[in-house]
Amino acid sequence: MRNNQYEYSQHHIPEQPHNHESQVPIMMRIISKKDLSPDVRFFQTVPTTDYRYENLNYKPGQFMSLSISGSGEAPFSITSSPTRKGIIEFAIRKVGKFTEKLFTLKDGDLLGLRGPFGNGFDVEKFLGKDIIIIAGGLGAAPLRSLLLYILDNKEQFGRLIYLYGSRNVEEILYKGDFFELLSSDQIELYISVDENNKGFEDKIHRGRVTELFSKIGKINPDNTVAAICGPPIMYKFVVQELLKLNMNKNDIFLSLERRMKCGVGKCGHCIIDYVYTCVNGPVFTYWDVLRMQDLI
Amino acid sequence: MRVVKFEKKNTEKLFDVLSRFGEVWSPMEKGESYSYQKIEDSNNFIFHEEVTRTILPEKKLLLPQKFPTLKFNSKKYEKPNEEIPTKILFGIHNCGISALNILDEFYTTDFVDADYQQRRNKLIIVGVSCIADEHCFCDKTNTNIVEKGYDIFFADLCNYYLVWIGTSKGDDIIRMGEDMGIFDANIPGDVTNKYAEYRKRNRESYCNDIDLEGSTDLMELSHDAEFWQELGDICLSCGQCTMVCPTCTCYNVIDEIDLNKDTGQRIRYWDSCLFKDFSLTAGDHNFRAARSERLKLWYTHKLKAFIGKFGAPSCVGCGRCIVTCPVDINIKTVAEKLKKKRAL
Ligand code: SF4
Ligand code: SF4
Ligand code: FES
Repeated sequence: MRNNQYEYSQHHIPEQPHNHESQVPIMMRIISKKDLSPDVRFFQTVPTTDYRYENLNYKPGQFMSLSISGSGEAPFSITSSPTRKGIIEFAIRKVGKFTEKLFTLKDGDLLGLRGPFGNGFDVEKFLGKDIIIIAGGLGAAPLRSLLLYILDNKEQFGRLIYLYGSRNVEEILYKGDFFELLSSDQIELYISVDENNKGFEDKIHRGRVTELFSKIGKINPDNTVAAICGPPIMYKFVVQELLKLNMNKNDIFLSLERRMKCGVGKCGHCIIDYVYTCVNGPVFTYWDVLRMQDLI
Repeated sequence: MRVVKFEKKNTEKLFDVLSRFGEVWSPMEKGESYSYQKIEDSNNFIFHEEVTRTILPEKKLLLPQKFPTLKFNSKKYEKPNEEIPTKILFGIHNCGISALNILDEFYTTDFVDADYQQRRNKLIIVGVSCIADEHCFCDKTNTNIVEKGYDIFFADLCNYYLVWIGTSKGDDIIRMGEDMGIFDANIPGDVTNKYAEYRKRNRESYCNDIDLEGSTDLMELSHDAEFWQELGDICLSCGQCTMVCPTCTCYNVIDEIDLNKDTGQRIRYWDSCLFKDFSLTAGDHNFRAARSERLKLWYTHKLKAFIGKFGAPSCVGCGRCIVTCPVDINIKTVAEKLKKKRAL
């Protein structure tokens, strides 16, 4: 039957970022970098002069496309928060030709940037609610944007629960920041690793991320939203845990990965069923997942 | 609606009038088929009513198969400042105009595609009625008579053409023609009979018995059907179906660097969802490694996706996929599979 596709995620399509110029990259300068794990690097960038920057606003969960002159373009989720203006940050894993080139760039080098694209998390809808964030691996990058956004506006939200699963200790992103947050009263943070937690037994649980659910106690399912991002395999298991807590399918938000290219719903690379994930995603509700074929 | 009358004997003068407004593009013979080409000589300017389909559809005039969408140097990216000529597309039929209506909606809703828009602004559409062949089925897709999307449309009422004027630009052209005496605002009294006959002739000209009834729901119900695998086994992933389909829009971009310089262009070119690496991510995860998955995506787009978004399927019944696919996977054979399945 005909799906009511405008229902999905109850997210609106973002305003056109730079109107008809959304296909022309603006220039950013790399101001600093650091390695977060053996293959993930953190980049801080700032705009160079261009009249279009006034519009450079974004939402947690959106993504942008980076260009290197002569080496093409690739999409990356934004890891910084719009609450911290001026600097746009990315946490990027070295996986192919483009990122290999990116990893050779130095401070001061220029990058082209288009975006933001996608729906992102509808943070307005999270206001006043308890939040559970579940991150797996590199999923901690886009979710850092949401995490910082909530921490910076903490008085507007309820409980903040964060579950982070990593394969091993070396691959935990933002390790220092997370370890510091472990003693914060702003957040209930639990970290797990699949492999060895030797030396960090007090901080890190050894096992699957789903095992961390036993630590969060009772939740109020009518006033809680969950945000998930991680490797494709993770979603199913995490969603099961959330459903066990009686959460509403429309309050479970999943940020999904696809091959993004144009970011504006035209090139077709990100399409799933009848949905362009670059415009109507990458954030979907669990109900979207159930009624649309092939989403996860 | 403003209408005028035109007689075929004035064809040469019509070419003259059209040429004053821009380059005239029309179907021309190419081997055994036809293709849209620029007409330089009025001898090649013909009312091709029996030419049902060109090899490549009209979209090639709006977004060429390969063109620079950006130019760059190490310090900035910008749109190439290329002069876009006005083109007059003469001889496009109802299915083609319907396809352009779909493209207009697709490229200018939510986000405006600047590459499309700037060429579309410079395109004048002059439609001509047609005679269906055995592969046409625009009657089944409701695209056999268009209500909008043309600047001028010539409907053949046998002894003369009834000319519908759709836009003010079209009217400029007609008025110049009127000054040259090739259009006549006095329409013969029997026009309603003649027009009714024309519609009847159109309706009766189809013999393709393709059955698309309910195909949207059938697509949904056939998501896990075995025939996708069978089709996937024979599909060559050549992508020809997507190239010839007038409503296929997927593209890719690649950066080309000028030799020994720090300048270059970002080239935009037609892509196909049937190609193997269409949904491959940088992390080497291919969301559609199987040919059957990619075929399913294509038919979802033709039969289902657009109904959700724009209220009509994106197939306009031109028959190009039917005459093109080397292994006979096309909208007709897929529609047949959908019906046989009876997954209810
Ligand atoms: S699906 Fe086939 S018949 Fe339909 S518009 Fe495309 S090429 Fe033409
Ligand atoms: S369906 Fe036919 S035309 Fe299309 S890719 Fe497969 S073999 Fe080629
Ligand atoms: S990335 Fe081009 S359509 Fe979504």
